[in-house]
Amino acid sequence: MDISKDKLLEMYRTMQKIRYFESKARDLAMAAELPGFVHVSIGEEASATGVCAALRKTDRITSNHRGHGHLIAKGGRLDRMMAEIFGKRTGYCKGKGGSMHIVDYSLGILGANGIVGAGLPIATGSALGAVIAGKDDVTVAFFGDGASNEGTFHESLNLAAVWKLPVVFVCENNGFGEFTPMDTVTSVKDIAVRAKAYDIPGQIVDGNDVLEVFRYTSEAVARARAGEGPTLLECKTYRWEGHVVGEQAFLGGGSYREQSEVEKWKLKCPLIRFEKWCAESGKISSAELKKIIAETEKELADAVEFARSSELPAPSEVTDDVYA
Amino acid sequence: MPQISFIQAINQAIAEEMERDPLTFLMGEDVVLGAFGATKGLIDKFGAKRVRNTPISEAGFVGAAVGAAMAGTRPICEVEFASFFYCAFDQICNQAAKLRYMSGGQATMPITFRAVYGAMGGAAAQHSETVYAQFLSVPGLKLVVPSDASDMKGLLKSAIRDNNPVIVFEHGALGWSRGDVPDGEHLVPLGKAAVKRPGDNVTVVAIGAMVAKAMSVAEKLEKEKISVEVIDPRTLVPLDENAILASVEKTNRIVIADEGHLRGGAAADIAAIVADKGFDFLDAPIRRVTSLDVPIPFSPPLEKAAIADEARIEAAIRDVVGR
Repeated sequence: MDISKDKLLEMYRTMQKIRYFESKARDLAMAAELPGFVHVSIGEEASATGVCAALRKTDRITSNHRGHGHLIAKGGRLDRMMAEIFGKRTGYCKGKGGSMHIVDYSLGILGANGIVGAGLPIATGSALGAVIAGKDDVTVAFFGDGASNEGTFHESLNLAAVWKLPVVFVCENNGFGEFTPMDTVTSVKDIAVRAKAYDIPGQIVDGNDVLEVFRYTSEAVARARAGEGPTLLECKTYRWEGHVVGEQAFLGGGSYREQSEVEKWKLKCPLIRFEKWCAESGKISSAELKKIIAETEKELADAVEFARSSELPAPSEVTDDVYA
Repeated sequence: MPQISFIQAINQAIAEEMERDPLTFLMGEDVVLGAFGATKGLIDKFGAKRVRNTPISEAGFVGAAVGAAMAGTRPICEVEFASFFYCAFDQICNQAAKLRYMSGGQATMPITFRAVYGAMGGAAAQHSETVYAQFLSVPGLKLVVPSDASDMKGLLKSAIRDNNPVIVFEHGALGWSRGDVPDGEHLVPLGKAAVKRPGDNVTVVAIGAMVAKAMSVAEKLEKEKISVEVIDPRTLVPLDENAILASVEKTNRIVIADEGHLRGGAAADIAAIVADKGFDFLDAPIRRVTSLDVPIPFSPPLEKAAIADEARIEAAIRDVVGR
């Protein structure tokens, strides 16, 4: 598959935006500037980016608690996302959702979700909605290895397979469900093999290679759009940071992985890999990449400034938006 | 006006609303065949795209209804028996009910959930429960409990047109009850109680299948010059508090009859509202007539012992009027 230069630049920009946003969110949470729980996806940028690069604007996604990257990749604005995690009224959800619940309907982002596995049936239904409405939009469900042990995973794959719905199930296998290693609680080594149980294609993908993710997702999206039904993609990746920022407080001094394992995965950084590929293939110059980094730094600084200077919601807004 | 059954009223309401809006569709357990006949024949009118049998996987397909609503369609989602909602609690309570609020008003959630509830003779605790109280504490949902065929049609049509998640609880024992039901456009607004019978001595707020029981008790007591006003709230959320309070202001006495349980039930909720806002109207304690706080049993004498009935409604009325 020949990928245009514009698309390559867009993917790099998206990965940088995620890396910068997540690093800042972590720092702000550690500095106690943000209320609530913050889950960041540093190290997992390629799966969010490669998947969403294969979608068009009217396609939809559902996301999970570690959702910032998915939202940025689907076009979410950094300033309104940042304002939301600050709890400001200028945030995407007027401060009612927070880090785990950012939504932008106009971009087909049906929302991050705080309940593990909840996004799969919603994505399945979104795909059903497209069929009922006679549209060829595709929906992607992002979820983790942990969610693949939820009943909703199995019920959704079955339902989507039976009805041949235009949905792509994207499992980001980062090795851990909270603090529990995936292999200690999961009956299979590869989540992708679970597709066999529902008679749909399942594919293992190098989740740290944005180009590979893009290629496999493009194929799955094309199948879905052509009415050929769902696909399960398993993007193998790794969570550099903890489950939740500030998790030391949960762990009570304990630990659940070796630092050497983290360092090993850092060598597979999706951004560095892409930069190397650019240099080797000669497709994009380092000056072009540096320009993107500088622009992203500025965009993030503006987003933080926007969030900090925005107003908090008024207490009187507490009863707004319960019912339509 | 034509006389039709409660179940035919359901069928008519769904058919009319699906006729009216091509984005309205039906999904659920055995809706093609039509469990109890409520959705019988709709497949012939609307085809397999819009009338869909789901696998028996409530979390999956109820969650799919949420996604379909977010995609701009208007699902009618049936789970057969209301106790099966427990299998989809997350999808109803965490997702359907909350996503509008959590998204700052971006999501609209026009879903109608339908299920049969209540004791209908030997179905035991997992197919006989009155479960609406479990949803009373979940802001974002609307709860509808029709008591006769006419309201069934009018309330269901309003529920389908509503842009919020609405759960319609259909009492199994009312299925074959018949009533005068207007043909065509017949809408009963959500949040408007019905005064089923005017009276002066005591208010009986009766919910769902308890309405007919309260009416028969009221008729009996009329002969003793005990004048009973029967109010059917028709929807528990929104609740027509004004209608209830206005009635209590007139009668100064209230009995609340509900097939649900005593603790934490719909009757408890209404009693608390009357105590809060109508205390000065009251000349007697508020009485609740509910089912016992036991799982609804299987064997007929046990089921009868558990469920609120006419005798208990009558005893409560006599208690508050002192006769």
